[in-house]
Amino acid sequence: MSALRTSRLGARIALVATALTVTAVALAGCGSSGSLDEPAATGGASGGATGSATTITVGSQAYYSNEIIAEIYAQALEGAGFTVERKFNIGQRDAIVPSLQNGTVSLTPEYTGNLLQYFDKDTTATTTEDVYAALKKALPEGLSVLDQASATDQDSYNVTAAFAAQHNLTSIADLANVPNLVLGGAPELEQRPYGPTGLKDKYGVTVSFSATADTTVDELVAGGIQLADVYSAEPNIKTNNLVTLEDPKGLFLASHVVPLVGSSFPADAADVINAVDAKLTPEGLVSLNVESKIDQKSSKDIAAAWLKANGLS
Amino acid sequence: MNLFLDAFAWIFSPDRLTGSLPLPEAVAQHLAFTFGSVLIAALIAIPVGWAIGHTGRGREFAVALSGAARAIPTLGLVVLLYLLVGVVYKSQAAVVAFVILAIPSILAGAYTGFEAIDRSTISAARAVGMTGRQILFEVEVPLGLPLLIGGLRSATLQVVATVTIATYVGLGGLGFYIIQGIQLRDTAQILGASVLVVVLALVLDGVFALIQRLVVPRGVVARTARTRSTAAARPVPAS
Repeated sequence: MSALRTSRLGARIALVATALTVTAVALAGCGSSGSLDEPAATGGASGGATGSATTITVGSQAYYSNEIIAEIYAQALEGAGFTVERKFNIGQRDAIVPSLQNGTVSLTPEYTGNLLQYFDKDTTATTTEDVYAALKKALPEGLSVLDQASATDQDSYNVTAAFAAQHNLTSIADLANVPNLVLGGAPELEQRPYGPTGLKDKYGVTVSFSATADTTVDELVAGGIQLADVYSAEPNIKTNNLVTLEDPKGLFLASHVVPLVGSSFPADAADVINAVDAKLTPEGLVSLNVESKIDQKSSKDIAAAWLKANGLS
Repeated sequence: MNLFLDAFAWIFSPDRLTGSLPLPEAVAQHLAFTFGSVLIAALIAIPVGWAIGHTGRGREFAVALSGAARAIPTLGLVVLLYLLVGVVYKSQAAVVAFVILAIPSILAGAYTGFEAIDRSTISAARAVGMTGRQILFEVEVPLGLPLLIGGLRSATLQVVATVTIATYVGLGGLGFYIIQGIQLRDTAQILGASVLVVVLALVLDGVFALIQRLVVPRGVVARTARTRSTAAARPVPAS
């Protein structure tokens, strides 16, 4: 019970922090935009040209777990003698990929499946190896990926344990006969291929959508929604006793942590990052997230401790 | 300019009537949050503001309090209240935050409206035998109305613009499209929704400007008109 409380509190504090950083990022974005169409374009051209060869800009998504991985990459690179600039909390993939292409960011932790769907909406690859191979092909000129880690963090559909028992649910397919389902998640889930449209096309499951943003798990527990999109490495799946529904038809692609690099990334730094990925396991990623969300440690401390524990510092 | 064309194309696309949040529904939610919050804020701030203006007491307190309230970041407050009351009462949490945002302007409008009245007018009212209650409702309230409406006007503008953040705790409104658009990097959608917020703000401002003209008591209008015309016709001799 006390663990549950702490975790809720942790999640809440994280939410406040998110809200504040989102504002900060939004404001920062306003200040630096060159034009509305290509916000980073003007800064990028000059940054890419003048940046010294040994300065590596590490970017991260506006997602605490992604930031931890980015921090691990950054500290590993610093340990190997590179100069690192951190540009964390940039936004979602849709914001980061253009920065990699124009050179303002040279390295960012990504997730294979989601990244593949970003470049190829109609991809049929679902397994770990297929996705990685397809991703390498789908990447546009100037972008490449290093080795994928065994750690996964992907979207997953979750229900409460009580709801799963009541309707006998183990897989997403079992939802087809459940009426009046409301799916909650980030606002952009509505437009994603694995969102309401994908549920309907792949599994014949009809849902209405509610943009629950950061309140998704709370809403699920409170009963405001019945189905919640939560990242699979999120500690609150366990702390709230949620049931993650199986995905036999591959609505979600296998999504492993993978470093996405732009052309400004120095080739000799790849080994440093690949060594990190070799040690990044699924359980390891969940415990990194637990340290952040439940133990409230900073990503700097978490990264330093992880590198030390894995003999990389 | 293309960007604006795209934004308008987004607003008027038939797709806006489908999806998880049809545009008219988002506008309705947005307006409901705005009016609900301003109404509650008015019910609290107007009586308090009138009491301060009428008695002249508690002014320092009100100034300090509303000054402090203005400094509270509403997004932080929405999230904080959400965390305190839980997901079931998140709409109420958001409304409380918007009410706190709206109160200072309305409160200031209410008491400055009274303070702006010429003291000799109040004395005259007392001299003709009006009771305190009559002075309040027949002299002070009508004469203070233009400034009070001004307070309501700025409160409404602040709230209508700020309601966009309600979507951070999953409450819809026009902010939904902005936040979704940011994540999807859909500039037309972000701009389209922002334009709609601006249009709502301008329309509401226009309505309040109209009301503000209408509520100026006839006596005040007549008096200002006469002073103006006399002043124009015959320069005031230096006294």
